[in-house]
Amino acid sequence: MKIEMIETPQDKPVRHRLTTRFWHWINALCLLVLIMSGLTIFNAHPRLYWGEYGAVGDYAWAAVGSSETLGYVRVGETKIETTGFIGNWRDGNGKIQTWAFPGWATIPSYYSLAEGRRWHFFFAWVFSVGLAFFMIRSLFNRHVQRDLHIAREEWRPSHIWQDVKNHMRLRFPAPGTVNIYNILQKLSYIGVIFILLPLMIFTGLAMSPAMDANWPLLTDMFGGRQSARSIHFIGMFLLLVFFIVHMVTLLLAGPFKQTWAMISGGKREGAGYA
Amino acid sequence: MRKLLTRRSLITSAALGAGGLLSGCDALSRSPGFQNILASAEDANFLVQRALGDRMELASEYAIADLSPKFRANGTRDPGTPDYTASAAQGFADWQLRFTGLFTKPQNFSLSALQSMPQRTQITRHDCVEGWSAIGQWTGVPLKLLLDLAQLQGKAKFLVFHCADRLGGRPYYESIDLLDAFHPQTIMAHRLNGEAVPVENGAPLRLRVERQLGYKHAKYVTGIEAVATLDNIGSGKGGYWEDVADYEWYAGI
Repeated sequence: MKIEMIETPQDKPVRHRLTTRFWHWINALCLLVLIMSGLTIFNAHPRLYWGEYGAVGDYAWAAVGSSETLGYVRVGETKIETTGFIGNWRDGNGKIQTWAFPGWATIPSYYSLAEGRRWHFFFAWVFSVGLAFFMIRSLFNRHVQRDLHIAREEWRPSHIWQDVKNHMRLRFPAPGTVNIYNILQKLSYIGVIFILLPLMIFTGLAMSPAMDANWPLLTDMFGGRQSARSIHFIGMFLLLVFFIVHMVTLLLAGPFKQTWAMISGGKREGAGYA
Repeated sequence: MRKLLTRRSLITSAALGAGGLLSGCDALSRSPGFQNILASAEDANFLVQRALGDRMELASEYAIADLSPKFRANGTRDPGTPDYTASAAQGFADWQLRFTGLFTKPQNFSLSALQSMPQRTQITRHDCVEGWSAIGQWTGVPLKLLLDLAQLQGKAKFLVFHCADRLGGRPYYESIDLLDAFHPQTIMAHRLNGEAVPVENGAPLRLRVERQLGYKHAKYVTGIEAVATLDNIGSGKGGYWEDVADYEWYAGI
C-alpha cells in the first residue's frame, strides 16, 4: 500500500503546520514592533526599580545616563560607557540626541510617547490573541505533545550535556536525518512559549492602574508595579537573546531551506534547528 | 565562498529592510488613518478594563510604611500667575471651586467649606504615563458628595476640571466620565502625607482619579464643569495632553 493513499490533507507530513507557520510570522512582526515601541516607552523614563514605587530620587537598580557629551548604562554600581549608542547618539541629521535608545531601535524613530504606546498596545492585542490561539490549537492538534514533549531519557544529565557539547561545537545533524527537536530546542521553545511570552503579557498588564484595581493580585504577584516593569524589561532582553540565538542557529542550519520551510511547511523528515 | 556571499547579501538586505521598515513605520505613525487603527486597541483596553471589574473596584491602598520618601512632582511645579501667587501667599483662603455647566444647582465651594465636609484619606500609588510611580497619602472630599449637592442634569456625560496652571500658553484641563466621577476613591484632595498639598503637587486642590494614569489627576483645580460632550473644550480631545501630544483620553493602562 502506498503511504500517500492514507494521507488526508491535514495529515500531510509537513514539518511546520499552517497554524504554526502563520503564528510564527505574526509573532515575528509582533516581537519586532513590541520591542521597538517598548523602547520608545522606556525612553520616557530610562530607569528601573524594584518594589511598588520608584521615581527620580529613588534608587534605580538600572538606569541610562545622558548628557550632550556622554551616554552610559548603569547596572547596580557598574557603569558602562555607551556614548554613540545609548544615552548619547546622532540622529539621521547628525544631531546629538540624549534619549536613551537610538532612533534606529525605536518605533517611531523620533520620540513620541503617545505614538509608541499606540503601536505597543495594538500589537500587544495581536500578540496576546495569537498566543492564546496558538497555545490552545497546538495542544489540540498535539503539536506540543508530539514535538515538545520531553521523554524521560532526554532528561538524563549525560544526554543534556551531550546536546550542549553538540551545540558548542556547532555540530548539527545533516538536514533530513532527524525528525524531532533536540533537548535544548525543546527546553527553549517551552520556556519561551509557555513561560516567557505569558510573563510579558502579565507583567505588562500589571503596570496598568485599572488592572491593578480589577486584579490586584496581578501586581502583587510580581512584587509591585515597578518590579513588574523591571521584569517586563528583563523579559524583553531575554526575548532578544532568544531571537539572536534563533538567528545564529538559522544561519548555521541553512537559512534559505529553513526559512522556506517556515513559509511553505517544508518536509517532515528535515530537522528544525532554528 | 558562494555561501558566505549569500549570507552577507542576506545581512545587507536585512539591514536595508530594517531601514525601510523604520521609515515606513514613521510614515505610518504620522498617518491619521493608521493612527486610528492603532488607537482602536485603546478602545479595546477601555472596554475590557471597564468590563472586567464591577465598575466600582477600588485601586490598591497601602500602609504608611509603603510611602515614597518624596512624592515626585511633574508637569507644572508652580502656576506662577499673579492670582495664584497672591492666593498662595494667604494660604489659599480665597480659593473657590466653581461648579458650572450642566448642574441643577451650580455653586462655589471655598477651600475651608471643602475642608469641613466629610473626608476620605487613602494611600495610593500614582502611576505616571512615563513609567515611574510614587505612593502618597491623600485626604480630600469625595467628589460624589459635591456632585450630590450641585446635582447633575440628565444630559451631563463628563466632568471637565479647569486648572489654574498653563503649559506652553494653554490652560491645563482634564476630564473624566461619570463612572469615575462617582467612584469612592475619586476625591478633591487638599492634603498630601498629612500636610497641605505642596505647590509643586497641585496646591490647594488636586483631583485624584486612582484607576488612571497621572496626567488625569488635574492639579490647581479651580472649577468643575459638567458637559454633554468634550468637543467644545480645548481642542476637543478631553484634556491638555490629549490635545497637545495625543495621549489617550482613557488612561487606565
